[in-house]
Formats: sequence, structure tokens, C-alpha cells
Amino acid sequence: MTRSGMRRREFLKSATALVAASAFSTPAIWGAAAQSRKETLLLVTENGPNNLDIHGVGTNRPGYEASWNCYDRLITHGKKTLADGSTSYDRDKFEPELAEDMNIGDMAVTFKLKKGAKFQDGAPVTAKDVKWSFDRAVSVGGFPTVQMKAGSLVNKEQFVAVDDATFRVDFVKKDRLTIPDLAVIVPGVYNSELLKSKATEKDPWALEYTKSNTAGSGAFKVTSWKPGVETVYERNDAWLGGKLPELKKVIWRTIPSAGNRRALMERGDADISFDLPAKDFAEMRKEGKLKMISNPIGNGMYSLELNVVKPPFNNEKVRQAVAYALPYEKIVADAMFGIANPLFGGPSNDVTSINWPQPTGYKTDMAKAKALMAESGAGPIDTTISFDLGDGVNSEPIAVLIQESLAEIGIKTTINKVPGSNWRSEMAKKSMPMMVNFFSGWLDYPEYFFFWCYSGQNAIFNTPSYVNKDMDAFIDGARAAAAVKDTGKYETDVKGFISKAYHEVPRVPMFQPYLNVAMQKNISGYSYWFHRQVDYRSIIKA
Amino acid sequence: MTDTAVHATPAAAKPAGNSMLRHARYVVAENPVTGLSFGLFLLIALCAVIGPYLVPYDPLASGPAPLSPPSWQHWFGTDQTGRDIFSRVVVATRLDVIIALFSVALVFAMGGLAGIAAGYFGGWTDRIVSRVADTIMAFPLFVLAMGIVAALGNTVTNIILATAIINFPLYARVARAEANVRRDAGFVQAARLSGNGEFRILLTQILPNIMPIMMVQISLTMGYAILNAAGLSFIGLGVKPPTPEWGIMVAEGAANIISGEWWIALFPGAALMIAVFCFNLLGDGLRDLVDPQRRT
Amino acid sequence: MLATLGKRLLTVIPTLIGVIIVTFLLTRVLPGDPAIYFAGPAATPDSIAQIRKQLGLDRPKVEQFVHYVSDLAHGNLGNSLSTGQPVVKEITSRLPASAELTLTGLIISLLIAVPLGILAAVRQGSWIDHMCRIVATAGVSLPVFFTGLLLVYLFYFKLGWAPAPIGRLDAFSTAPPQITGFYLIDSLVTGNFDTFLTAAGQLILPALTLAVFSLAPIARMTRASMLAVLASDFVRTARASGLTDRTVILTYAFRNAMLPVVTTLGMVFSFLLGANVLVEKVFAWPGIGSYAVEALIASDFAPVQGFVLAMAVLYVVLNLAIDILYGIIDPRVRLEG
Repeated sequence: MTRSGMRRREFLKSATALVAASAFSTPAIWGAAAQSRKETLLLVTENGPNNLDIHGVGTNRPGYEASWNCYDRLITHGKKTLADGSTSYDRDKFEPELAEDMNIGDMAVTFKLKKGAKFQDGAPVTAKDVKWSFDRAVSVGGFPTVQMKAGSLVNKEQFVAVDDATFRVDFVKKDRLTIPDLAVIVPGVYNSELLKSKATEKDPWALEYTKSNTAGSGAFKVTSWKPGVETVYERNDAWLGGKLPELKKVIWRTIPSAGNRRALMERGDADISFDLPAKDFAEMRKEGKLKMISNPIGNGMYSLELNVVKPPFNNEKVRQAVAYALPYEKIVADAMFGIANPLFGGPSNDVTSINWPQPTGYKTDMAKAKALMAESGAGPIDTTISFDLGDGVNSEPIAVLIQESLAEIGIKTTINKVPGSNWRSEMAKKSMPMMVNFFSGWLDYPEYFFFWCYSGQNAIFNTPSYVNKDMDAFIDGARAAAAVKDTGKYETDVKGFISKAYHEVPRVPMFQPYLNVAMQKNISGYSYWFHRQVDYRSIIKA
Repeated sequence: MTDTAVHATPAAAKPAGNSMLRHARYVVAENPVTGLSFGLFLLIALCAVIGPYLVPYDPLASGPAPLSPPSWQHWFGTDQTGRDIFSRVVVATRLDVIIALFSVALVFAMGGLAGIAAGYFGGWTDRIVSRVADTIMAFPLFVLAMGIVAALGNTVTNIILATAIINFPLYARVARAEANVRRDAGFVQAARLSGNGEFRILLTQILPNIMPIMMVQISLTMGYAILNAAGLSFIGLGVKPPTPEWGIMVAEGAANIISGEWWIALFPGAALMIAVFCFNLLGDGLRDLVDPQRRT
Repeated sequence: MLATLGKRLLTVIPTLIGVIIVTFLLTRVLPGDPAIYFAGPAATPDSIAQIRKQLGLDRPKVEQFVHYVSDLAHGNLGNSLSTGQPVVKEITSRLPASAELTLTGLIISLLIAVPLGILAAVRQGSWIDHMCRIVATAGVSLPVFFTGLLLVYLFYFKLGWAPAPIGRLDAFSTAPPQITGFYLIDSLVTGNFDTFLTAAGQLILPALTLAVFSLAPIARMTRASMLAVLASDFVRTARASGLTDRTVILTYAFRNAMLPVVTTLGMVFSFLLGANVLVEKVFAWPGIGSYAVEALIASDFAPVQGFVLAMAVLYVVLNLAIDILYGIIDPRVRLEG
């Protein structure tokens, strides 16, 4: 071969190599080893977990995500495909996770655990562990215990380890919510032997240990946790709770600035940006460079909540006037960029279906509002409108628009931004006269929402402090009817309590928000869950 | 900070009227930048005083065209709820100038008086004032301001208070140094001999003579007060919405930069920058006017 | 020398005591009841009371203060309520991040501001002088978070020159072994050149933001100081003796002019430590500034107290170091001291 011939060959070889290499334009931050990149997900959000265990004291919502992915429950939900092609959990379909068999009796439910299920340290999962975990859930107090109670899971005596592979839950009363409550994040299964060895007298449930270590049998385990910076998960290859995840590693970074998160996504430097503000979502969707998924938040609504115990909003006509004065359309368009389901403008406040949430019969009608104000006998009002600073992106423009409209009917307001830590305190004190607030319940049933927000137990979520015997009768009636599957009575009572709530309007529903996610086009398998966090187990990175 | 020349004699009494004006004109001519800053200051003052009466739109009224770019109807565009940014920027001038002025007045009253008392009397007064100043200085100042506003509530009053507190050490120190130097000056001794009480001397002799030096510091602090309020707004501890204030407008518009709505943050940001810039340069100009030897 | 040091240390103690008391008071005055916050959603009055007892917040303030001070004496700064980690551990792990950022910003600032100041002084009254003043002042006239966001927008988003603002390293690099905690130094010393490049890349934008902010005081001080020195007798003599301009400016004038600049540096450094807070928020920098802000918003006392104390100690140590440095550079000061 001549020298020039060889040279030409070398040149062609190197040229094709160059072209081939540049065809796979990997983003700047991916160095070599593209293969491992494929199995690693980079997720960015505004906040990260402050505790990896949902049973911990003061665990925040990102902490729930860690618990969900690292611990198993006895059962989980199946999935369904929605009209827009996206996937969501199916409220009515249950699937085995740690238990392979579920036998619902009259006053008990019995589970058979999967054979060969092991914790991440190799120890086998037995019914003793399940009992210890359930006992823990009802004993630690705070949110987990309250959540267990919502499904009538209250005493340790209800939880029985029949033998190593069989576990039974006895009912204290018939409650339709018991089974769904077993599929929420709280009753996860913890490695009781390991945790008992880490427990101390002051800390019998080893909460200190599980704060920064995962001790479960779930699909992932946390291998590195830097609070406020990043959480790194690795796959548990011995997972038996379901189909083994495709992702081997998940890196979850905290990026406080929404603008930076958006920039990262648009430049391809992050895989998923979770819980985007409506504005970013609307614009990024228009640009079409990324896959944008949006799901209405089940059993959730933004409303203007009015304290019905103190003046001026103890006057029902004033509340109704407010309900007619809100600039609903503008709120949905300007504050939420159209990414919200309107909960106003329905045919009537006497509802005819049990869909929840559903629109009220109110719409913006300043004339009617002014008339109601005149009828109410209340003079000009001077009050404050409060909201949680942490939710300012949505709440602030809403508050500003409401302030403007209310001024027209004689209600002057000052806006009160309450920093996150104080927000809880203020809610507990029930001192705020008017607030822009959001509530959503994990168990997607209307009686569940009403139990927390309208019933006489006057829970912290019943921010209006609304207590009414007739309302309680409807709510209790609905729950009892559901427990015995009396659909006729159930429907009557549900329509009863919704209509009553809309007529007396202690809170004025505005809209149902969406949960917005942006991901690179090569990501699939995302599914919407009731807990509004990310489930890594189904995600595939092509 | 080191002084390059220590004054043991008081600044010469300025002959009123003509000579002052001539001197001012000379300084401005020599340094066009100073002239520019004086001009800007007049513009800002004008905006603050009569701006709110001249703006085309109500700064608090939402409008039908949110997030629209600058146009003939809206010179600076509109924000998320459709409010006109130009009107808001002009109206915000008043609030920001008020914040700046009152912060400075407060810190001058507190720090200046404490400082000259410390410098003049010495002894325990000096020790206490110095310790207080040192304690405040030991805090990371912005965090201290955040803490004060978080503890007391985010109102304009508290922002002013917080700014004044964190600038206290600086004023106290400068005032103390100046008073110390003049303590035994000739004119002070003369005043003492004529039977003036100590406090009277403090107020009528020392204070007017340190005013020129303090003036410089004052204008710098005015700029700083506005920036401080902006920083607090970014964290969420600034003024309450929907009050128009440059800092909070920049903070709100910051998130919109990436999505391309540059005008929401840019115009208030530019206004803020021009104002702070102007105050800083003004400080320089005043220094040149009053005490050319200390020029920096 | 030691005597002066000792005396200085004595004056520091009342300051530190003042800081401890004020911080304690301030955090207790912060609104928001951490007990309610940590009782979580659906808290009942019982669970709140239980948590309050757990956190020791039901005891009288004086008792809490005594408890706090005795903890301090044992080097225990308490635990952060929101992350649950000991404050000492978190501060020591986050301090290098902030220190590295601040120092880099300061160095960049020095590299620009000092030559600018010298140039402005040497060519006083010219357009360079005015330019210097305008540029320096402009940098300090914008809110620091705005500058940061602008830089991110320009250099990362539009031009793609800078890497993503996601913290000290990109998502896929691991931190170098901990020697000083400064990633630049640690990675060089252990030979991880890739990590060094990544860390340096991530550091540029935030350091630049801080540098822009600190240009003004340094440039001004350099200029003023140079002007004063250039007008002094010994410089006149040097010129008269026929030395080149360069020698005069750099060897004679500059060295003498640096003293006030060194003092200014100390002031600027402590000021930057405060401005850090905003920059860290914009760039997701895991430093103590962002740590303190998050804790403050969450009414989490211990980190805020720990942060303020750490900063106060740092400030005091810094001032002491500068005074000593001063003494070394300028023999006149030493003789008086």
C-alpha cells in the first residue's frame, strides 16, 4: 500500500470517527461512561428531604418521597391510563407489593407475605416486622398516627402476626378507608431487628437512625444524603415488591431557584424537574422541547378560607358576597396561566353529582355581591388576607387580585405573607380572618376531604373553624354508608354535605390545581400518585 | 481606615452665598461625573415628589394584558397581573427614597450622637458605645437585618429600623473619631471658657463641624439602604405586596428572566441601580465639595 | 507584641458575650412556634405540647439560656431541627464551601480592582480615572442577587460558556478527599485534575458575582491610597533621583499604599460573608449562608445561633490577623503597639 493510500485511509477512519462521535452529542456535564448515565436519573426540585423517614418528627413532603421509594407496603395501587395518555395510580385497584395475597373478611383482613422477601441488609421480612412497623406508625404521634387513624387503624391490638408469613389487621369498626389507608406511605415495613438494635431508652422506635438511614425492603436505598443539597439512591437488586426498576441510580438535587431549574432542563443538564410553577410549565409546553406532563391534583382545591367564628365573616351573607366578588377567571388566567380546573360557575350550589371536587354555583357578579353586602348589614370592612410565603408563587398573585376585587364591595384588605414556619402556628391558632390556602387529601374520597376540613372535630385543616351539627350528620352518615356499601344513602349524604358547604361557604372554592412535571424526551414511565411525589420505580430512561 | 491628613483645626467657616456657589460650580465642572450625579439626584427627587401624580396608570390596578413587553401603551411593559411597570417604577421612587432617607436620618441620630458623645466624653461612654458597635459589627450584617425583620415583622418601619441598626457601628465610629480629634481644639476650649455646658458644646460646636464628613457617609448609606431592602425582598422579608418598591419588583421579576420576560426585572433594576449609583457618586461629589483633601 | 495580642483578646470577650446574648434573644423573639411546625400536619394540642417538651421549649427563657451557654462551653451548638444534624457538624462541613467562594471572589476582585485603582491614581483626572469610578460604583449599585441571576442568564443560558448552577460540582462528579474542604486545593493536591476543572467551572459565576460587588471599595481605597502616597515626599525624591516611572509606582508607591487596602480587605471580607447569603441562594451553593437563611425562615434556632457565633469568631480572628499583618508590613505601627 502506498504511503498516501495509507494516509488517506487513516484520514477517512479518523474523520468517520469524528463524525460518529459528534452525532452522539451528550450534554456538557456528562463526561465519559455514557452507559452508566443511561441508568442514572438526575431529578431537580426546589426542596429536598429533611428526614428520610415519614414516621420522623416534622418530616417534610420531600421526605415522603424517600420513604415511598425505599420502603414497601403490604399492598399498592395499580395504574390506569388517562385521557391525555399520561399514567396515574388507580384509586380503586389494589395490587400486591410485600403481600402476595389479601383476604378481606368481615371484621379483619389477612395478608400472606411474599416468600423470599428480604430487607436490604439481607434479613428476611416476616410478619413480626410488619407488626412492629404498624405499631410504630400508631405510636410515634404526629402526622403518621393521625393518618393511620383516618383509616380506623388506631390500636396496636389490631395488628396480629399470625405466623412468620401471615399478618392480620382486625377492624375496630367497618370503614371503607381502611384498605386504601394500608396502601399509603405511612404503613411501610421497617427492618425491626435492625432498628431494635439501634433503639435507645429515649428513642424506642429508632427514629434517630431512620432519619438518615433507610432500613427497608424497598426498591431503592439511600446511599448518600446531604441535607439541603442532594440525596443519592441506588437500586436494591433483590427487590421483590414488583418489577425491578430500570434505573440503577437516582440523584436528587435541591436547586432553590426556579429559573435555574428551568435553565437546567432546557439545556438538557437535568432529567426531571418536578412540581413546576404553572407559568414555567405553560411556557415550556409551548416551546415543545421537553416532555411536559400535568395531572389535576386529586381531592385538592385552592380556596379562600374565611374564619366563621369571628366577625366580619361570621355573617353568612358577607361570605356569600365575597363568593360573588372573586375575580375567578382572572385568577385562573393570570395567576395559574390557565393550568387549573375551575371550581366556579357551575349550574347551582345544590349539586347533583358526587364528583369531587366540583364547581360551585358562584361566579363573578359584582352587582350581586354588592347587593348581598347591603343585605348583610355589615358596614365597610378592614381585614387581612394571609397566605403561606412558601406557596407565594401561586398565592401572591391570587391574593393581589382578590384584594383588588374585594375593595370594590367595601372590603379593604392588607396582604399578610406568613413565612413557612409561622404558617402552621397561625393555622393552629385559627386567628387568620381570611386566607388563600390549598388542601388535598391522600385518600381520594369526598367524605375524607370533608372529615378534615368541615367536620366538628375542628382539625387544624378546618381553618374556618366551621362546626355544624347538620354537616357532621351528613359526613358521618356518608362514612357509615360507605362502610356498608349503601350507595343510595352514600350519594344522598355526599350531595348533602357538598351543597351545604357551597351554600354556607365557609371557604370559597376557586380551582383545582395541577401537578406539573417536565422531563427530557427520553424519559418515560412517570406516573401520578396521590402523594404527589415521584415514584422512581417505574421510570425508564431510554 | 487610615486618614491621610488629620484635621486639628475646624473646617473654615464658609462664607455664605456666592463663594459657595462658585466653589460648587468649580467642583462640578472639574468632575463631570459629579455633575451627572447631581442631575440624577434632582430627577429622582422630582419623581418621588410629583411622580405619583403624573403616572399614566394606577400602580396597583391589574390590567387585561399581563406579561406584555414594552410598547406604546405600556412603556416598560406589564407584569404578571397586568400592572403597568412604568407607573410602578415611578411610584416606587417615593417609597425607596423614604426608606433611604429615614434609615439615614435614624442612623445619623442614633449613631452620630452616640459617636460624638463617645469621642468627646471618653471613659465609660466611649467604652459602652464602642462595645455596642463592635457587637453589632461582629454579626454578619445582612443576616442581622434579616433576623430583625423576621422577628419584628416585615413592615417598612422595621426595614428602616433594621438598616439603621446595622449601620450604627460605622456612624458611631466615624463620629467618635472626629469628635475625639476636635475634643481639645481651640474653639472648643473657647466655648468651654465662655461657660457653655458640655452638651451645649456637643450640639453647637462639635456636631456642625463633623457634618461635612458625615454627609459623605450619609449618601453612601442611602444607596445601601435601598439595596438592603431589595435583598430582604428577595428572601421574602421585604415590603408587603402589592406595594411598588424597586427591590421587590426586581425580586419578583428575577424568576421571569429565564422565561424571557426581561422587562419585569430590568426596569426596576435599572432604576435601583441609577439611584444607588447616583447616591454613591453624590457622596464623592459632596466630599470633593466639602473636603477636597480626602478625595478618593 | 504578645502583650498587645493579649490586650486585644480581652476586649474581644465582651463583644462575644454580647453576640451570644443578642443572638439568643433574637431567635427566641422570632415568630413561629417550632413545636407546631414539627408536630406536622394535623397536629393536635396534645402532640404539640409533647413536641414542645421534647424540644425543651416549655422551660423558662432564663433556664434555656443557661442550658445554651453550658452547651456552648462543651462545644455543643445543638441540633438543627429541620435537618436533625448537629449544628457543629453542619457548619464545619459547610464553612469551607462559603470560604472557598468568598476567597475566590475576593481574589478575582483584587486582581481587577487593584490595577484599576493604581491606573486611576496614576492617571488622575483622565477618562480612565472616571471610568474606574463608574465601573466600580456600577458593580456595587446592583443588588447582588440580580447580578448573579443576570450572569447565569447570560453565560449559562444564552451563551453556554458557564456550567449549570447546581452547586459546587456537577451531578456526576464526586468530591475530592477531604483535606482542607476547599475543592480546588484538595483536588489538585490529590491529583484529581478532572474534579479540579469541574469545581473551578462551578466556582466561576458565583465568585464573579461576589467580585463585582466588592470591586468598588477596593478600587477606591487603592486609588485614594496611591494618590496620597504619590503625593508624598519620598516618592517625589524617588522620581527626582531619576528612577523609572515603573519602579517608582510599583516598588515604592504601591508597597506603601497597600496598608489601607489591607484594612479595607478585612472589612470587605466580612461584608462579603454576609452578602454570601444571597449568592448562595441563587447558585444553590451549599454554604453556611444558605444554611442560615433556611434555618431562619424555619424558625430553627440552633443553626442561626451557631452561624452567627461562627461568623463573629471569624470576624474577630480576621481583625486580629489583619492587625498583626499590619504590624508586620508597617514597622511604625509595631513600634507604637
